Amino acid sequence: MTDVSETAWLRLHRDGLKVTALYMAGVMCGAGTPAAIGIASGTSWPVALAWVVPGAALVVGAVVLLELVRLRTTRYRVTESRVEMHTGVLFKRRRSLARERIRSVDLAANPLERVFGLTKVKVGTGETGSGSGSTTEQTLTLDSVHRAEADRLRLALLRRGAAAETDTEGRLATWEPGWLKYAPLSFLTPMLAGVAVGAVFQVADWFGKGGLPVEITADLVREYGAWTVLGLGLAVLLVVGAVASLVLQGEAWWQHRLDREPGGTLRVRRGLMVARSLSLEEERIRGIEIVEPLGVRTAGAGRLDVVAIGLKTNEEGSDLSTLVPAAPLEKTLAAAEAVIGPVDAELTPHPRAALHRRVRWAVVTVLLCAVLAVAAHLLWAMPALLSAAVILAAVGISAFAVWTAFDSYASLGHATTARYLVSRRGSTRRATVHLDRSGVIGWRLQQSVFQRRMGLMTLDATTAAGRGHYAVVDADEHEILDFADAAVPDLLRPFLVKGSAE
Amino acid sequence: MPGSGPGKRRPPSHPAPVPGYDADGAQIHPEAEVRSVTGNYDSGMTSSRTTLRPPQHQFDPRVKPWWRAQLAIATGVLAVPLAVLGLLIAPARWWLLGPAVVIAVIGLASLATLPVWWHRVHRWEVTDAAVYTLTGYFWRTWRIAPMSRIQTVDTTQGPLQRSFGLSTLVVTTASSAGEIKLEGLEQDQAAALAERLTRLTDATPGDAT
Repeated sequence: MTDVSETAWLRLHRDGLKVTALYMAGVMCGAGTPAAIGIASGTSWPVALAWVVPGAALVVGAVVLLELVRLRTTRYRVTESRVEMHTGVLFKRRRSLARERIRSVDLAANPLERVFGLTKVKVGTGETGSGSGSTTEQTLTLDSVHRAEADRLRLALLRRGAAAETDTEGRLATWEPGWLKYAPLSFLTPMLAGVAVGAVFQVADWFGKGGLPVEITADLVREYGAWTVLGLGLAVLLVVGAVASLVLQGEAWWQHRLDREPGGTLRVRRGLMVARSLSLEEERIRGIEIVEPLGVRTAGAGRLDVVAIGLKTNEEGSDLSTLVPAAPLEKTLAAAEAVIGPVDAELTPHPRAALHRRVRWAVVTVLLCAVLAVAAHLLWAMPALLSAAVILAAVGISAFAVWTAFDSYASLGHATTARYLVSRRGSTRRATVHLDRSGVIGWRLQQSVFQRRMGLMTLDATTAAGRGHYAVVDADEHEILDFADAAVPDLLRPFLVKGSAE
Repeated sequence: MPGSGPGKRRPPSHPAPVPGYDADGAQIHPEAEVRSVTGNYDSGMTSSRTTLRPPQHQFDPRVKPWWRAQLAIATGVLAVPLAVLGLLIAPARWWLLGPAVVIAVIGLASLATLPVWWHRVHRWEVTDAAVYTLTGYFWRTWRIAPMSRIQTVDTTQGPLQRSFGLSTLVVTTASSAGEIKLEGLEQDQAAALAERLTRLTDATPGDAT
């Protein structure tokens, strides 16, 4: 793989220009139409078009020109030791990554790019540059090259010379269309329903009729009664959210498959419209997380996330670190086992005090709800419907708080296995993390005044991977120290006072 | 559905029904050797009484005046403009002077008490193997970072800190939650410590991840 052609400078694919031109034309049509309608409503159509069409053409032309310059001036090459990219005319940028540091190669193609057979390639070194000394972002993006070239790069960059490891290669998990049934159960459903409501108001606002949706609702209430409208409205919203969630998840996970490739690399491929491919070096994997959000959990399913260095998982809702989407739990566990080995663990339950702590929080919530509901009734004279809604909401929130207290206590547990530290927590988002014990780069132990009185302590294992720290919440204050001591030998030992029982 | 764990895991359950409170700490299960420190809760599953010992060192006594200066500045920034405005604007005088006085009193009270208390509570220690700190009282936090995982060691010194001859040692690891700050070391000591830590981390193999 080290012939002369590898060191020659290569250029990005010139069809990228067509993609940009078409994309910008589309954007301009989308943005220009409302603008033209707006202008035309004030003046006349010829005037509106005379303004909008040249403007749009100018913008498209400018962007295409810039893109042409970028494509012409960007060169890249893969030498024996480095990947290099040069770009820019006035501000020349040179980026060079050491090949031995490359940890992930990410391919993505949107529908337009797929028509032309193009793919974006993002090369990552897994260095986040969060330290005070290094602020450089260590990624290199080729936007874009031909699909075949992308595949060649991916293989060349991740396969080290003689890294023929004995790891079993092959398919670790394959998505089934049936798994889509979990999509409406995710938290995307209510979120997207909310987005839909916002969109309706936004569109109404564009046409200068921001109050219209409210008026229509008021009319409906007058005609059919409040309860019917409320019930039907919620049902419609939920259906809209569920369909949207189904579409989004279907697009994101269509034809998903998780493979182990030669040289110790995991590869996730997926996507209906935008084809995505993530290759992840297993050397950088520090564990996995089995995530069971409430809705998905009630259906006996869960998803598999990877805890890996250089994969940013801080953003909520980011599915970049997901190896297997919501799937029946046994499938998820099987995939987890294929990735990191046995995931069976006898979890140590947490002391009863942890439950009392949670029940106390629930009691506070219930009292707060009661006070707010009563205060609302005392302060304002409310119509029957609103009063009922307030009481319903208060009762609902209270019941959920109490249920969550017991459920989240039932979730708590921790264990060590041969290689991993296991911790489970959470109710609305129950997650079981299996963190490589050799990937623990420090401890953070926390104890509030309340925890101290109850003999509880929270252990946070810090790590370079994933979210940066994973916690064992509200464990016994003595047992957790022995646990940490056993999980990472010698780290905590010098600071412990070993006492025996009375 | 409490207690329904992922397929192969045992749902958390207790070996025996555990009574929550045990007011006088008397043994309810004679066979159980364990009591938690407070005696309020019977954890019922461990025979350990392992505790953390506090880190060895307190910070330099000069941190107390430094903290006091910081508190004084914070109080002054809030109280002085209020007081000045109160003296200038006659109609709103008491609405402005009142809060100014309250802020000043709170500021002075915390100035008198908090630094002494903080000094007692915050502790640090650097061994050949790890950096170990303890901060906070209401929310106590112990942090341990091993030498082999330390990425950078910096010292910083603000203008106010410099006038007290103090500086801050910042130790970062590869974790986003991994930064440890030793605020209020004597400046020569901080420099020496930074040098020692750099030497130690260089000598320890590993890529810190």
